[in-house]
Amino acid sequence: MLGRTANDLFWMFRYLERAENTARLLDAGLRIAVTRDLATAEEEWRSVIEAFGQRAAYEAKHGTYSGYQAWNFILRDKANPTSVLAMMDKMRTNARSVRSAITGELWEAVNDSWMQVSEALSRPVGQGSIGDVVAMVRRTGTMADGAMMGSLLRDEGFYFARAGTFIERADSIARILDLKYFLLLPSLSYVGSSLDTGQWDNILRSVSGDHAFRWLNAGQIDARGIVEFLVLDERFPRSLAFCHSALRANLAALARIHGAEGHSNALMREADMQMNDRTIEQVFEQGLHEFLLEFLNRNAAIAAAIAEDYRFVS
Amino acid sequence: MSEPDTFFDEMHKPGGGVRDAYSDYHQWFEEQDAASLRRKHGEAETTFRRTGITFNVYGEDEAEERLIPFDMVPRIISGREWRRLSRGIEQRVTALNSFMYDLYHRQEIIRAGRVPERLFRDNDAWLKQMVGFTPPGGVYTHIVGIDLVRTGPDEFYVLEDNARTPSGVSYMLENRETMMAMFPELFTQIGVETVSNYPRRLAKSLAACAPEGTQGKPTVTVLTPGIYNSAYYEHAFLADQMGAELVEGSDLRVVDGRVAMRTTQGYQPVDVIYRRIDDEYLDPLTFNPDSVLGVPGIMDVYRAGKVTIANAPGTGVCDDKAVYSFMPEIVEFYTGQKPLLPNVETWRCADPDSLAYVLDNLEELVVKEVHGSGGYGMLIGPSASKKDLALFRRKLKEKPQNYIAQPTLALSTCPIFTKSGLAPRHVDLRPYVLVSPDGVDITPGGLTRVALKKGSLVVNSSQGGGTKDTWVLKD
Repeated sequence: MLGRTANDLFWMFRYLERAENTARLLDAGLRIAVTRDLATAEEEWRSVIEAFGQRAAYEAKHGTYSGYQAWNFILRDKANPTSVLAMMDKMRTNARSVRSAITGELWEAVNDSWMQVSEALSRPVGQGSIGDVVAMVRRTGTMADGAMMGSLLRDEGFYFARAGTFIERADSIARILDLKYFLLLPSLSYVGSSLDTGQWDNILRSVSGDHAFRWLNAGQIDARGIVEFLVLDERFPRSLAFCHSALRANLAALARIHGAEGHSNALMREADMQMNDRTIEQVFEQGLHEFLLEFLNRNAAIAAAIAEDYRFVS
Repeated sequence: MSEPDTFFDEMHKPGGGVRDAYSDYHQWFEEQDAASLRRKHGEAETTFRRTGITFNVYGEDEAEERLIPFDMVPRIISGREWRRLSRGIEQRVTALNSFMYDLYHRQEIIRAGRVPERLFRDNDAWLKQMVGFTPPGGVYTHIVGIDLVRTGPDEFYVLEDNARTPSGVSYMLENRETMMAMFPELFTQIGVETVSNYPRRLAKSLAACAPEGTQGKPTVTVLTPGIYNSAYYEHAFLADQMGAELVEGSDLRVVDGRVAMRTTQGYQPVDVIYRRIDDEYLDPLTFNPDSVLGVPGIMDVYRAGKVTIANAPGTGVCDDKAVYSFMPEIVEFYTGQKPLLPNVETWRCADPDSLAYVLDNLEELVVKEVHGSGGYGMLIGPSASKKDLALFRRKLKEKPQNYIAQPTLALSTCPIFTKSGLAPRHVDLRPYVLVSPDGVDITPGGLTRVALKKGSLVVNSSQGGGTKDTWVLKD
């Protein structure tokens, strides 16, 4: 396989996952905002925009924070290079460039999603349709995954695609967790309050983890339990531990196909050692934010090593 | 323009009744419910859009993707007609190939005084780098598209030879796929020659042109300028269908005297490159130094006989309309036979007498740029404004050698499906021809382009034309 094709596949699935997780984070913001009064909702939206690293760009355009402005900025504003629309466009551009390396079913799934999302985002999204739009974006990843799992040859292309998905998902989940820990609480004294727990619950819902969590915890919700679940529970497909486990398997498959391990495999092993046997107490002891920063850095280093190991660019 | 009923109608006989080739189809059509046909027509467009069968239009901001309109009434050619066409095409393509060899070697046709020296002197596509060099297998035009028009029951003319990089074959294949998905019962009733094996035939034909000394199965690649090229969809489609790598110039590099592609496991040599980029972008060291589309040093590897480039650089000479005007002489010179497929009568404006005639009869002629393509830079006399006529009069006087002129042909019509039923529209036909040392291979069918505007003779997709499935009947 061409290095460029591997790169395009890897990034196609990163963009797809990023669009989906942007919608998920937006969903969390929406859920939190609708339960608050207007003034505090404004702060929630500032937090969400900040979580995307787009505060300067947003404020250059808007003087105030409102839900309508914020979600349109996140979804479709040209001033926002990481908007859902921009991610979907990049995703499709990559898909076109690897057209001959993916199946017709996968292409049609992503092209169809792109057409629908572009159409929905061709005009500002109003109060009445924001829920539908978010749900539609969340579905795009599911459509692509389904088409891929059912049709794509399990050769290196598949593993590059999956590696892209899990690198990006790990990154997004860590950012979503970090957003909660730092930005959404008025002050540290609120930790453990019902406000805190309610916000954690919304985070959980945005990553579709509420059902599983309730099932595992007999309906009880608490912050510590949720963080443990989203960081360490390997059974949940949107936990950091799951992402790492999936990434490890895909990198191992690539090494097997290529007959040799690369730098990415070595970094993956180091990352595993950092995560193995870690308890949630240790995570809190280190500080969740510090833990997440370390995680994000390690994740980014693995992504860079993959690009180098497999000659993504000359 | 003349009355519509003076054109040859592919489906109907002049006095009413249906031509033999269409009899089975027509009977089937009569039995269909009009509303359901209309619905299927709409569905076809949705399918094309979803599968992304598009071509790019270079607009003001960014390349916009557009669909080529598809018409669901097939253009049908009888087995007998096709055999005649095939013989003519094979003869012509063989002659083109011999002509290329000769032009880049001893130029005997020029020494014999059968064509003028300016045919290559004035030809921008002629490459001095190819002089004295013979491509692997001796093949210059690996993939050729011959544009044909019809004016009567037995009157087919060659309108144009596309030997550089003929496009559109993906539409031939997708049109058939779409028709088979829409009307499966139709294909069980009517024996139609298959076109779907074209990619396999292309792969085989290209592999047969691999350089001497190729070890094992040749590695074939398709070289594309990238996703913003107007025919990118086709490049990806053909690579996919052939099971070949779709490469861009930046994926290739000269390594140890071979052209190699950068894979996830390092550089791996390639044997055959089906390139869809023009000569001048192929090699910045040899041609346009600013080009980033090509591969530095590829021409050296090529001239050392270590890689096959299809079509061979310099083949564009044959697309020149001045060369076209000499095709009857060229065919006769190399095959020793009269051409089986005639040219359209052509005035070379470089010749003073012809120029005088053209200037006097401009309102009735089609004037084309010698090096132009795709319906650009041409004048269609009968439908041109006074201003355009005056403009071309001036252009012709300034640079007569840049132009040829042809009569406006009474192109045959084939019905298209409209809201109010069948309506005749002008069509042409581009069959696809493969050339290898093993022989000439013509896929039975081709791309039928159709002018969707009533009365229009312009079938180019860039000018609002559409396409149809083309059926060659089994006898």
